[in-house]
Amino acid sequence: MRLSQAMGRRLIAGVPTLWLLVLFLIPFLIVFRISFSEVRLAIPPYTPLLSWHHGAPHFEVHWSAYSFLFTDPMYVSSYLYSLKVAAVSTVCCLLIGYPMAYAIARSGAATRPLLLMLIVLPFWTSFLLRVYAWIGLLKNNGVINNVLLSLGVIHHPLALLQTDFAVYIGIVYSYLPFMILPLYANLEKHDPALLEAAADLGARPARAFAAITLPQSIPGIAAGSLLVFIPAVGEYVIPTLLGRPDQLMIGRVLSDEFFENRDWPVASAVAILILLLLIVPILLFQRLERRQLEAAQ
Amino acid sequence: MASAPDAAYVRVSDVSKKFGDFTAVDHVSLDIRRGEIFCLLGGSGSGKTTLLRMLAGFETPTTGRIEIDGQDLSHVPPYERPVNMMFQSYALFPHMSVEKNVGFGLEQEHLGRDAIRRQVGEILEIVKMSGYGARKPHQLSGGQRQRVALARALVKRPKLLLLDEPLAALDRKLREHTQFELLNIQQRLGVTFIVVTHDQEEAMTLGTRLGVMNHGRIVQVGTPSDIYESPASRFVADFIGSVNLFEGRVVANGADGLCITSADLGCTVRAERAAGSEHGATVWTAIRPEKIQISRAGAGGADGAQNENLVAGTVKEIAYMGDMSIYLVRLDSGSMLRVTLPNVLRGAERPIAREERVMLSWHGSSPVVLTE
Amino acid sequence: MKPQGLLTRIALALGLVFLYVPIVSMIVFSFNNSRLVTVWDAAHSPTLKWYGVLLHNEQILTAAWLSIRIALTAASAAVVLGTLAGVALARLGAFRGRLLLAGMVTAPIVMPEVITGLSLLLLFVALGQLIGWPKGVGAVTIALAHITFCMAYVTVVVQSRLAGFDESLEEAAMDLGARPLKVFFRITLPLILPAIASGWLLAFTLSWDDLVITQFVAGPGSSTLPMVVFSKVRFGVTPDVNALATILVLLVATGIAISTVWMGYQQRRRERDLQLAAAANL
Repeated sequence: MRLSQAMGRRLIAGVPTLWLLVLFLIPFLIVFRISFSEVRLAIPPYTPLLSWHHGAPHFEVHWSAYSFLFTDPMYVSSYLYSLKVAAVSTVCCLLIGYPMAYAIARSGAATRPLLLMLIVLPFWTSFLLRVYAWIGLLKNNGVINNVLLSLGVIHHPLALLQTDFAVYIGIVYSYLPFMILPLYANLEKHDPALLEAAADLGARPARAFAAITLPQSIPGIAAGSLLVFIPAVGEYVIPTLLGRPDQLMIGRVLSDEFFENRDWPVASAVAILILLLLIVPILLFQRLERRQLEAAQ
Repeated sequence: MASAPDAAYVRVSDVSKKFGDFTAVDHVSLDIRRGEIFCLLGGSGSGKTTLLRMLAGFETPTTGRIEIDGQDLSHVPPYERPVNMMFQSYALFPHMSVEKNVGFGLEQEHLGRDAIRRQVGEILEIVKMSGYGARKPHQLSGGQRQRVALARALVKRPKLLLLDEPLAALDRKLREHTQFELLNIQQRLGVTFIVVTHDQEEAMTLGTRLGVMNHGRIVQVGTPSDIYESPASRFVADFIGSVNLFEGRVVANGADGLCITSADLGCTVRAERAAGSEHGATVWTAIRPEKIQISRAGAGGADGAQNENLVAGTVKEIAYMGDMSIYLVRLDSGSMLRVTLPNVLRGAERPIAREERVMLSWHGSSPVVLTE
Repeated sequence: MKPQGLLTRIALALGLVFLYVPIVSMIVFSFNNSRLVTVWDAAHSPTLKWYGVLLHNEQILTAAWLSIRIALTAASAAVVLGTLAGVALARLGAFRGRLLLAGMVTAPIVMPEVITGLSLLLLFVALGQLIGWPKGVGAVTIALAHITFCMAYVTVVVQSRLAGFDESLEEAAMDLGARPLKVFFRITLPLILPAIASGWLLAFTLSWDDLVITQFVAGPGSSTLPMVVFSKVRFGVTPDVNALATILVLLVATGIAISTVWMGYQQRRRERDLQLAAAANL
């Protein structure tokens, strides 16, 4: 009886753990290992992960993939470019999303579910198609240029597509709901009596916002920013469809190394470097997540 | 009947429970009689809930054993124990109707549908919830939920019913009413109750006996009046009701009780019903506020004279509570003393006012002498 | 209305316009007759021409069918694994390996997709060399990959739903004589069913929508719908994709509208019940 209960507990935790070990942790270790091997013309195209010398396993460690990445300026520049794009997009999302979340949190109980639905709905429709829609809007003979030309605001079509601007638009557009939802969840819990107390004590609305609302919404700002920043760094689809052909983002570099150049060690090394870049935000995110779950408990 | 009415029906022997380094329950032994309502009283973190959870089977004792009706239950899982529990949150299954909730326990015994319906009907009748069987928990008021939870725990006729803060979620008016209803039902069904509570008033009115817990230990067991009138320690005296405590020294130790001088109090205390403490020992005197008489200085007794069980002071605060008034008196020694006085007369002619000089006295049977 | 309230409302309205302009423009141009997607051919529009083209596009239909099958498989398997993981994390207390599981469960959510895709492909290659399975990449490897990242989302949804429920519900059932397995099926499962349902929908959508991870673990002949669409739009705008987008948006919008109305109805019923209960108390 007790035995079968212990077995049950072990199964409940064991099955998902085993699954993730095999399909998440081990693959990641393989990437790590391959980043330390050399490219070869073979199948698979890298030096063996493990060779046998006199009956003992032997790891050969090559640093060539990493040293290659640091010598070619193209890699360094796309690394920095990815950081810049992710940071700027996150700030833009925050600036656009904060007032929106604030307005939803302050709206009536009847309209709130409708507004939230409007924010979430695009998320449930295809990400790829929503990015694609911007091609039609931003093209030289696209909707925006056509409208501006016919209004006489401009006389020559603006080059909007294949610019940094287009990438920012794409990322902000795609990830805005991820900023708004945690912000809303935070702002909605604020006690209106606090603002009333601040007003009662003589604070004008702007001052009360800066002194009361803003500091209290920092957890929401942090959660939203991480949810935008983390995927933006490794973004692949948006810069490929909307961005400059001459300046790649790091996710695209990884994919190109892998598919076009068939250099698996370099692709793996790029993956490890992206993770290094993200390790602080990811740990921050997990801590936030844990705290939220604990708060719920 | 397996046991005589006075013998232990539930026996907790030397039970401890540790969570890592933290000892939640520390060598507790308790005997509980059949048919009694035993209240475990303590503050948060006193270990009362852990003890209750061990009785229910949700926690296993680290050491010691728990027996009910002669059967060792220490390692029996909760679903095989003849014990049921009423949870503080009531823990009514939100997705089941009242009938389904109450019938859940019987279902586990594989009773027939008719038998279940009959027994559920009976118990709902007893808790006055007939006619609510089809409702879902969220369609009930707090008091109604409490009664459904009680019915669900009682329907299996457990040998022992555990109640975790049974009245905590109810508002004040409803509490009083429910308290008496609970007593009524308990007497009618004859089930043994163990009630965990942090509310002394609840414990005093419900319990035939109380066990006071502190830091994982049982510090005193007794009837409500035992515990109130003869607390065994300063902790118990202070925890239950309010009390004036003064440190003192035993100066005489005779057949008629103890004589204690206390610099804090500024007088000699004669405690008739106390013995055992040696001459010169440091002790604490506990006097309940309602056992102190208050009178205007000069009206009786010699003002300022060194008398036994008599002390002078000045009224600093008066709190009018309606049925009684609380006086905070600064004694000449500088200590504060709390006195409560029932407001017997309506609109007394010249009540004692703030800053008036008063004399305070008490009967020799009132002080309790405590050594720990 | 206070001025700052007005300002945030204007911001909200503009933000919503920003969110919906691209979607609306796709819908509008899906009825455009012209091949030059963004030039409105007023003489022959609106037309359903591109819907006809879409419905005769073998490649898109095959890919859509594959995507549906993979999404169904991935969502269903992810729900089982994710529920187990969610229950383990929320209810089993401090078991050995808890930290490992908790870490691995949230990691795929924050891991950049290119890395997840790359690592899974490398695993499949290594496995193929080592044990001869899988023989190559295709629908099976796509499904395995999707299950893995979808289960993370299901776990989070289930875990937070369980965290919102008092564990004393399960203890009460046990106290009344139900064994652990019975407690799970009679109490826990019914309580988390809404979370499981929304977890399934979320997993289905994520799997249906995924492009980056899929590209890594897909083989020739196993192109999912996002892959086909991506290869089409990479080289410009094509009107039949507008038609496809319109169909998908309408499907999702109806689904969400229905669920919102239904949840609003439930909410109102709940409030009425609470009022009734309060009235009974008087």
